Amino acid sequence: MERPILEVKDFHAWFGTHEVVRNVNLSLHRNRVIAVMGPSGCGKTTFLRCINRMHELTPGARTEGQILLEGEDIYRMSPIMLRLRVGMVFQRPNPFPHMTIYENVLAGYLLNNIKLNRNDKEAIVESSLRKAALWEEVKDNLKKKGTFLSGGQQQRLCIARAIAMKPDILLLDEPTSALDPISTAGIEELLQELKKNYTLILVTHNMQQAARVSDDTAFFYMGELVEFAPTRQLFTAPQDQRTQNYITGRFS
Amino acid sequence: MQIVSIKRLRRRELRSKLVRSGVLFFTLLTLLPLVYILLYIVKQGIGAINWSFFVQLPKPVGESGGGIANALAGSFIIVGVATLLAVPIGIASALYLSEHSNGQLAGAIRFCVEVLVGIPSIVVGIVAYDWLVKPMGYFSALSGSVALAIMMLPIMIRSAEETLKRFPTSLREASLALGVPYYKTIIKVLLPCSLSGVLSGIILSVARIVGETAPLLFTAFGNPYLTTNILRPMQSLPLLIYNYAISPYDSWHQLAWGAALVLLIWILLLNILTRIIIRRWSVRY
Repeated sequence: MERPILEVKDFHAWFGTHEVVRNVNLSLHRNRVIAVMGPSGCGKTTFLRCINRMHELTPGARTEGQILLEGEDIYRMSPIMLRLRVGMVFQRPNPFPHMTIYENVLAGYLLNNIKLNRNDKEAIVESSLRKAALWEEVKDNLKKKGTFLSGGQQQRLCIARAIAMKPDILLLDEPTSALDPISTAGIEELLQELKKNYTLILVTHNMQQAARVSDDTAFFYMGELVEFAPTRQLFTAPQDQRTQNYITGRFS
Repeated sequence: MQIVSIKRLRRRELRSKLVRSGVLFFTLLTLLPLVYILLYIVKQGIGAINWSFFVQLPKPVGESGGGIANALAGSFIIVGVATLLAVPIGIASALYLSEHSNGQLAGAIRFCVEVLVGIPSIVVGIVAYDWLVKPMGYFSALSGSVALAIMMLPIMIRSAEETLKRFPTSLREASLALGVPYYKTIIKVLLPCSLSGVLSGIILSVARIVGETAPLLFTAFGNPYLTTNILRPMQSLPLLIYNYAISPYDSWHQLAWGAALVLLIWILLLNILTRIIIRRWSVRY
């Protein structure tokens, strides 16, 4: 079996004295959509933010244990190099308001002073926007500000911005929670396309969404990883009572 | 049965009208001095304004005509240098305050900034005198600029801090998550997004000190000749107005009125510029 792209070993995360993620062990494989679900406050977002080391930006935050990206300990890498390899899409679309659509897609390069020639720039913008299923809608308005787009379009722009950096992994933190149902469906469809090239880790509080889009599902409860299994198996034959209770709606 | 009789309703309506017109009256009252000052200065000063007023030096007593070229150039230079001095310090302080809003040092700095607002301008002038004029041995435009820069700082810091604090965390995270280092996030995302607010803060602080006289009395000192050397005494509009207004000569009074009008228009233009910048450049999150 091929080496997992991401391995999590005995991992803990704290905010001050509050332990938010407890002893997580997990191996994730390439080109799959992995859903991380669980009730509010179960530590799923914190866990996600540990994978690109955004968690440590909060004062008082700390972690213990290992996360290996292709065998390399991410806590021994520079956070900057790590974040170039692990992209992130947030709950609310957050395109840069002072940049055009074109600049937003290239933001990772522009802000890091990575020089590109004009042809490369245009190629990256077009292919990223195509992969994000936004190209047809914005190709004539690339010089407009990104904030003029609708919420769903803005979120796809943020996906384009993340994949323009050609990351190994794309983290998605409830990317549809601020969107209407049609935009949500659009993004979900897009995830299926994206997994051909990337490994996607999707945090969602929406069970149906996890069931619809993911290949594997991790169920978090009170900071613990209760169960991790292929999605179909987890939803049809959960091994843990807590998982069973959650998916049958006995608590949320 | 009616709960409120027609008669009482009438009375209420009348009272409400009274209150409304009272509020309007007092609001208009605050405008009165402003309108009066504007009209009076325009009336007194407009006669002095012509081409030679802007390009000539003041004539000696007894000769008519002459202009305020030295004061105009001096004011531009003194205020310009003051802005160059104050902007880096002011923006850096505002950045520190907004990035560490809850820190102890930030609290102390914020308190000092508040106190700085209340320090009389003549005292700021004395400080600049002590720092620069005394050690150098002569009055200089530079010392005047330092005094004005000190006065600009609190206004600039407070307005810039307000703008910078409004920058949403989500955009900061968007940048950091792209692997952009913290300092580049500040320079390339935070500052450009806050540009209109920061710029208008700078311009407002300029508008606030253009007309300051007291800090310049024993720093820039004044100079009847045109000079561009910032290490020498230099004339400025408020100094010229002050000196000429207390002189006994009618032709000098006339120049002072004209200079007052120029100063007024300058400040008005700065305020209009601020509004334009806010309207055109502000970034909506």
